[in-house]
Amino acid sequence: MAKAHINPTRMELIKTKKKLAIAMRGHKLLKDKRDELMRQFLEMVRENRRLREKVEKGIRKSNKNFVLARAGMADEVINVALMVPRQEIYTEVGSRNVMSVDIPALTFKTKTPDVNDIYSYGMAFTASDLDAAVKSLQDILPDMLDLAQYEKSCQLLAAEIEKTRRRVNALEHIMIPGMQENIKYIKMKLDENERSTQVRLMKVKDMLLEQAHHFRERANA
Amino acid sequence: MYKIAVMGDRDSIYGFAAIGMDIFPVVNYEEAAKLFKRLAESQYAVIYMTEDLHEKLDNEIERYRNRIVPAVIPIPGAYGNTGKGMRDIKKSVERAVGSDIIFNNENKEAGEKEYE
Repeated sequence: MAKAHINPTRMELIKTKKKLAIAMRGHKLLKDKRDELMRQFLEMVRENRRLREKVEKGIRKSNKNFVLARAGMADEVINVALMVPRQEIYTEVGSRNVMSVDIPALTFKTKTPDVNDIYSYGMAFTASDLDAAVKSLQDILPDMLDLAQYEKSCQLLAAEIEKTRRRVNALEHIMIPGMQENIKYIKMKLDENERSTQVRLMKVKDMLLEQAHHFRERANA
Repeated sequence: MYKIAVMGDRDSIYGFAAIGMDIFPVVNYEEAAKLFKRLAESQYAVIYMTEDLHEKLDNEIERYRNRIVPAVIPIPGAYGNTGKGMRDIKKSVERAVGSDIIFNNENKEAGEKEYE
């Protein structure tokens, strides 16, 4: 990595070593987080898929029923029948924390507890197909609501997993090798310095001894 | 207290009024985008949307993707299923895992298969 900018000093070596230790720990934690998120996500996405298939099938069925109902009645009659709904549905949004991701926990309430309040019309002037159509929608309602929760959760988890994965990869492939390389570089540099100091000292000692005892002159003499 | 909205063409969604959701029939897309923004900022926690419309409003929806509310959920409309919902699930799997390991190859033709 940034080999050119670092000072090969003992101080720097200690700092980098500390940084490396933290990075390693972070990497391990993030990796664990990613694995756990992934496990949760896969569970949820399977459920998500099952619900979606069910809901799509249900809606298709109820659409067919509505087409039948429309075939048997004038548009105005249907519009009037469904104009003022008697039932209303509310939702409370709580949140659940999955590995630091807030995912919604939806709870639903209907305005009236009576299931028959989905028929907002008298039965006298409407075809029974309309009842069937409305009933079939009501039947998939719980699944639709679950689907909303699961699908949103999956989206949020997917975003978090992507983020975490990037971080893990950045640490694993760039930060940590870079720091290791830096440490190695500093160590080599320090060792090299030490060796040259050693050699210099030996040389100086030689010279001092030579000055004191004049070995060479004696040898020649 | 949040409510539930359904957006889409009238024929696809009018039935949902009976079971207690608020319906918002949509005719053109500019209006739909404005309406969607208004709904998303107000007290709607779940917005069901026909797949057709969902496709058109993708950019607007993307903005709310990482918020807890609203959840924008595509549903098939009266004129058939475009497979957008499944594709979105697949997309989030790809986003998370890096490759599609849930659907593998089985759903490759799902987009085209479901027209009725």
